[in-house]
Amino acid sequence: MPEISKRKKALSVSPLKASQTIGAALAFLGFHRAIPMLHGAQGCTAFGKVFFVRHFREPIPLQTTAMDQIAAVMGSDDNVVEGLKAICSKNSPSLVGVPTTGLAETQGSDVTMAVGEFRKKYPEYSHIPVVPLSTPDFSGCLETGFAKAVEGVINVMVPDAASAGTKPGKRPRQLNVLVNASLTPGDLEALKDIIELCGFRPLVIPDLSDSLDGHLPDEDFSPLTIGGTPVAEMATLGDSKATLVIGASLNAAADLLKERTGVPDYRFDHLMGLAANDAFIHALHQLSGEPVPLKLQRQRAQLQDAMLDTHFMLGLSRFAIAADADLLNGFSQLLAENGASTVAAVVPANAPAIKHIAAEHVHIGDLEDLEKMAEANEAEVLICNSHGQETALRLGIPLLRAGFPQYDLVGGYQQQWIGYAGTRQTLFDIANILLSLEKGEIHPYRSIYAQKRDDEVTHFGKPAHNLH
Amino acid sequence: MMKSKDIAELLNEPACSHNKKEKSGCARPKPGASAGGCAFDGAQIALLPIADVAHIVHGSIACAGSSWDNRGTRSSGPRLFKVGMTTDLTEQDVIMGRGEKRLFHSIKQAIDDYSPAAVFVYNTCIPALIGDDIEAICKSAQERWGTPVVPVDCAGFYGTKNLGNRIAGDAMVKHVCGTREPDPLPHGAQSGNFKVHDVNLVGEYNIAGEFWHVLPLLDHLGIRVLCTLSGDARYREVQTMHRAEVNMMVCSKAMLNVARKLEDSFGTPWFEGSFYGVEDTSKALRDFARIINDPDLTERTERLIASEEKRIHKALEPWRNHLRGKRVLLYTGGVKSWSIVSALQDLGMTVVATGTKKSTEEDKARIREIMGENTKMIDDGSPRALLNVVRDYQVDILIAGGRNMYTALKARIPFLDINQEREFGYAGYEGMLELAKQLALTIESPIWQAVRKPAPWAVGGKTTEGTEDTEGSKEVVHA
Repeated sequence: MPEISKRKKALSVSPLKASQTIGAALAFLGFHRAIPMLHGAQGCTAFGKVFFVRHFREPIPLQTTAMDQIAAVMGSDDNVVEGLKAICSKNSPSLVGVPTTGLAETQGSDVTMAVGEFRKKYPEYSHIPVVPLSTPDFSGCLETGFAKAVEGVINVMVPDAASAGTKPGKRPRQLNVLVNASLTPGDLEALKDIIELCGFRPLVIPDLSDSLDGHLPDEDFSPLTIGGTPVAEMATLGDSKATLVIGASLNAAADLLKERTGVPDYRFDHLMGLAANDAFIHALHQLSGEPVPLKLQRQRAQLQDAMLDTHFMLGLSRFAIAADADLLNGFSQLLAENGASTVAAVVPANAPAIKHIAAEHVHIGDLEDLEKMAEANEAEVLICNSHGQETALRLGIPLLRAGFPQYDLVGGYQQQWIGYAGTRQTLFDIANILLSLEKGEIHPYRSIYAQKRDDEVTHFGKPAHNLH
Repeated sequence: MMKSKDIAELLNEPACSHNKKEKSGCARPKPGASAGGCAFDGAQIALLPIADVAHIVHGSIACAGSSWDNRGTRSSGPRLFKVGMTTDLTEQDVIMGRGEKRLFHSIKQAIDDYSPAAVFVYNTCIPALIGDDIEAICKSAQERWGTPVVPVDCAGFYGTKNLGNRIAGDAMVKHVCGTREPDPLPHGAQSGNFKVHDVNLVGEYNIAGEFWHVLPLLDHLGIRVLCTLSGDARYREVQTMHRAEVNMMVCSKAMLNVARKLEDSFGTPWFEGSFYGVEDTSKALRDFARIINDPDLTERTERLIASEEKRIHKALEPWRNHLRGKRVLLYTGGVKSWSIVSALQDLGMTVVATGTKKSTEEDKARIREIMGENTKMIDDGSPRALLNVVRDYQVDILIAGGRNMYTALKARIPFLDINQEREFGYAGYEGMLELAKQLALTIESPIWQAVRKPAPWAVGGKTTEGTEDTEGSKEVVHA
């Protein structure tokens, strides 16, 4: 277990943290015909919207309770009630998430009660599920908000087995798959493929690969999400054969789902690297009782070969990583498995996964902290979101972009990090970055007695007519 | 085409200890059982590192097409040698006999566009067969354009890579060495109150820039390298090779003819040595001093060696702890079969077997001297044979050329690349550190466990039956 240190300074410089509120909003965006309405001032939503629009390069449905100074002083429950009414009457969504912001929480707003008021006042919308959520930005981070939203949706939409008559295994081919914030739409697509290959129908919660995978739909505009987990399916979670849980941040959500439905679960901290995927595929194999599909066995062998080919570059290499805990944990394990080490690790907030991170020291802090750790411990590559670019430049090391936000990279949201195949590509990418460092490079030395001419250096094999 | 008499003469290298055996000179390649390169390959490899020369391969595309710019050799200046040039002969050229004309124009184009210090023209099989007279073309091109144009007649079918090395060396001695006198010492370079001595290094290719680990030592001692044939060399340096006081043959028999011919024509003494390993590096420095026979140089050399050895042994100490007792199978050609051994022994490793396919009797004698009489010597370099030795001798790491890398990796055996394609420099005292680091990196990588372990579902029989009873089962995996 790593030594864990906490924030010691007053000022957060180059923050790593994205708020819990937008983490929750992101999870809601993984349900079909859904819309999150952030309970706070307009800016809370506007910033969140820009954050995701730049990352996904997609329109992002996001609403706000638009608290003004009157609401801020006199109470904002009405904003929730009227906001919900406006959305329901205009768009008739399948799901509305109402995560709170720091403003609403500080003011003392009880969003659950406000939703209760909405139900009383507008019973005509009782068929539209609403998930109230307490997600102030002064605690947690994007990952925890995301996890809270998954838990909240389960809380609101999954009936308990006794009253609903669901029974684990009634749908013997259906698997619930709870996924954390660190899985990209690309990861989720791959994950669904793997599960389907093993003969199951995955019910991914939430399914960003269906809503924010960047596809061009037929309709020109939608105020709601255009894909994602079908909300109606949530009632069938209790009939699934098992639940697969990816990410330690989802422990509370998984506990709740199991308590409600009695469906057994299999939990995985992450799906990066050979060992993690072996455990995952082994679980699927045990569930299906079928041989592991040849395609997956082939991908496993390909990964092993990639490990051999890349260990020359990865061995003894040194990484600095700043990311939410689950993602950082996955990367650190992958690197450790391949002989590399994580010499600087910074997470934005405390989380269960931290104690599993393969590093000597994990700091809860910002990118300035990371920069100092990376410099002191001679990191060679930085793994971070796009905000790491300036850090990387100052450190003079390359950056591998992962996590949120990635605004200066097209298609970052589609990168597949997980599975045998995704891990393989990740190893190649990391190895290529390491190769670009030209680590073995010996600095040219010119003898003081050399008969080489001093002016020759300009002649770098360029055609003579280009030399000027 | 080269006359068979000339080829025979090159094969019959009097200074080569192979000649003292019953089968004289370099053995002929065996059909169906040969893996090495051809004479063209050998010649190109030997000369390509001369950085400011336009290297034109006269032939159809296969010769240059699959071999240009694939060497790990480094230049401190010009990168012209990285530009692939070939006459890329077409069917029409061959049928109509237009190869010579194309070559002539090619030389002009190279001179016009790249203003090289010289042009080297490598002959290959097809023009040799159809009778292109490249010597005449080179001669008239040189007269016409005023840039030196050197023919290197090295068609692949003449023989092996080794022969190609000799052809290349021969071409240098014949056409280039002795065509210019050395520059006076650069102004201000002669700062110490000692005499600067001129030497050459033959067969040093500056792979991954490793010679730059050694060159500062020579500078420190006041040893001027007139030319390294051919790592980071310039044409104008090759021209002055005849003026050296001593030549060092670095780790290779291949261009022995260069040293011998320089000795015959200019009386330059030569010695064989290596810069791999602490001991060998010190020995090479001592040999320079010994042959130059300048007491002041000898004394300064001893002082340098003492301080460098002290420094490097201290730096190597932590790595020795990683490597002590690890078992090595060394499979590499010729001189490296023993020169690397002492480097590995320096690190506390045990070399259990070494490849001797390309080694001379002399090399083998040295192997016995260093490693003991019972050393396993491997002549059969087939992947299967190597893997058998790995298994039978509980080898921890295979050290060989890049060609064998994937054989080792597929067999899940740690591997270190020692040949010319590698990306790391191991020469000199400093190179030992890199060697130790790279050895530890691969031997201690956690991936070996991971790739040797069977898949979890393959453990204990074929397929596990589906678990009916998953009620309440919960697996937490902290992978």
